[in-house]
Amino acid sequence: MLLGPSGCGKSTLLRTVNRLVPLQDGRVLLDEADVARADVTTLRRSIGYAIQEVGLFAHMTVGENVAIVPALLAWERSRVAARIDELLNLVHLDPHRYRDRYPRELSGGEQQRVGVARAIAARPPVLLMDEPFGAVDAIVRASLQEETRQIARTLQTTILFVTHDVEEALRLADRLVVLRDGKVEQYDTPLAILSAPATPYVGRLLDARDVIRRLSLLRVRDAMVPGTSDATMPEILADASLRDALDAFLSGAETLAVRAGASRIGTIAYENVRRALRAQTAVGTLP
Amino acid sequence: MSLPHLLAHAQTHVALSAAALSAGTATGVPLGILAARLRGTRGAILGLVNVGRVIPSLAVLTFVVPVLGVGFKPALVALALLAIPPIAINTDLGLRSVPPAALDVARGTGMTAMQAFARVEWPLALPVVLTGVRTAAIEVIASATLAAFVGAGGLGEYILRGLQAGDPALLLTGAGAVALLAFAAEFTLALAARRAGERTA
Repeated sequence: MLLGPSGCGKSTLLRTVNRLVPLQDGRVLLDEADVARADVTTLRRSIGYAIQEVGLFAHMTVGENVAIVPALLAWERSRVAARIDELLNLVHLDPHRYRDRYPRELSGGEQQRVGVARAIAARPPVLLMDEPFGAVDAIVRASLQEETRQIARTLQTTILFVTHDVEEALRLADRLVVLRDGKVEQYDTPLAILSAPATPYVGRLLDARDVIRRLSLLRVRDAMVPGTSDATMPEILADASLRDALDAFLSGAETLAVRAGASRIGTIAYENVRRALRAQTAVGTLP
Repeated sequence: MSLPHLLAHAQTHVALSAAALSAGTATGVPLGILAARLRGTRGAILGLVNVGRVIPSLAVLTFVVPVLGVGFKPALVALALLAIPPIAINTDLGLRSVPPAALDVARGTGMTAMQAFARVEWPLALPVVLTGVRTAAIEVIASATLAAFVGAGGLGEYILRGLQAGDPALLLTGAGAVALLAFAAEFTLALAARRAGERTA
């Protein structure tokens, strides 16, 4: 996840990966192979690409748009047709209703979905997304974000994602790069960045103190998973704050056993903290 | 003059116009592509093309006749020159109005320059190009009347003879038939353009 204000160079950085922007210096490695040495056409066909403007081809149907890369790779017709339906289902568009329609007949959110389906059509191991949900409203954006997370997880796709939206970055990122004026300000997990911003700029951008403050208002009890825990797990009190849990995770714990009084009532992991933060964001308690 | 006579002249008129339009398209489209593609050539090409637009066909005929003689050939050249400007201008316009995002994605998904042109740019530009062809067709059909002045026949014969003989009936027959042809061409090409553009419009 690349985060930064407009003009900070995040799109440019993204576009060096599929060589839409040539490198002047340095290298881009994909699976330890230098992209500069790859055949540019082959390289681009193996990398998914989705952008904010979507860039659907207006003269082609939804199905034809989705099938761009498979067509370029000369897949068999029947395989392409099956893949189109599979992909449209994946992005929650009914193939029978949408396959033969034209982009102009679709809403903004539907177009974005088609854009995502097109980007992952040939199962690229790497997917570049440049503010792919920037043009849709907050509700559609939230569901597209959630679907994208799931798709990436199911397909084991590495996503390089550009955004200027801090909430989106915190919500989706496994690892976050904060950029400013073409320079990397910090690179780490979102929670690590939140708890220890490397520069005052990063702190301001992420409103880190505010997020930490919110975490300190949430209790472990409300974010944990009820159930049995392992005896070897370090413990945390049910009434401790998520901030305390975060500190434990940052110092290396993976899962904590939750203690209430004399008994252990459940477990909590890093992911549960994130989810709690997300849930809070989703109901709109954010300033 | 009889009906078969009229039909024969109409046929000549149509053949001349169609040939001129084809020649104009065959020249105008590549010129437009060149103008849209090669930065720097655009001003020169469109400037040249617009000069061609300003010179009246009758003037072109007077230049061409001494070189090519009278008949079909000089009329064809003059009319083809007339057809080039709107086609070249609209080809350039159509190609330059292709959304940048579509081009970015075309390149980003690994299309070669040729594939991006054939699969994305050209189909998206086509409706605008066809509008240019339509404009050219009307101008050519109307101006093909002048072919009669260099002995190429066509419906201009009626107008020429009507003028010489002071016969308004002949004049009107010629003018009416030309208008009808222009109208038919407009209708057919508009239909074709709409078919090409109905997805993108």
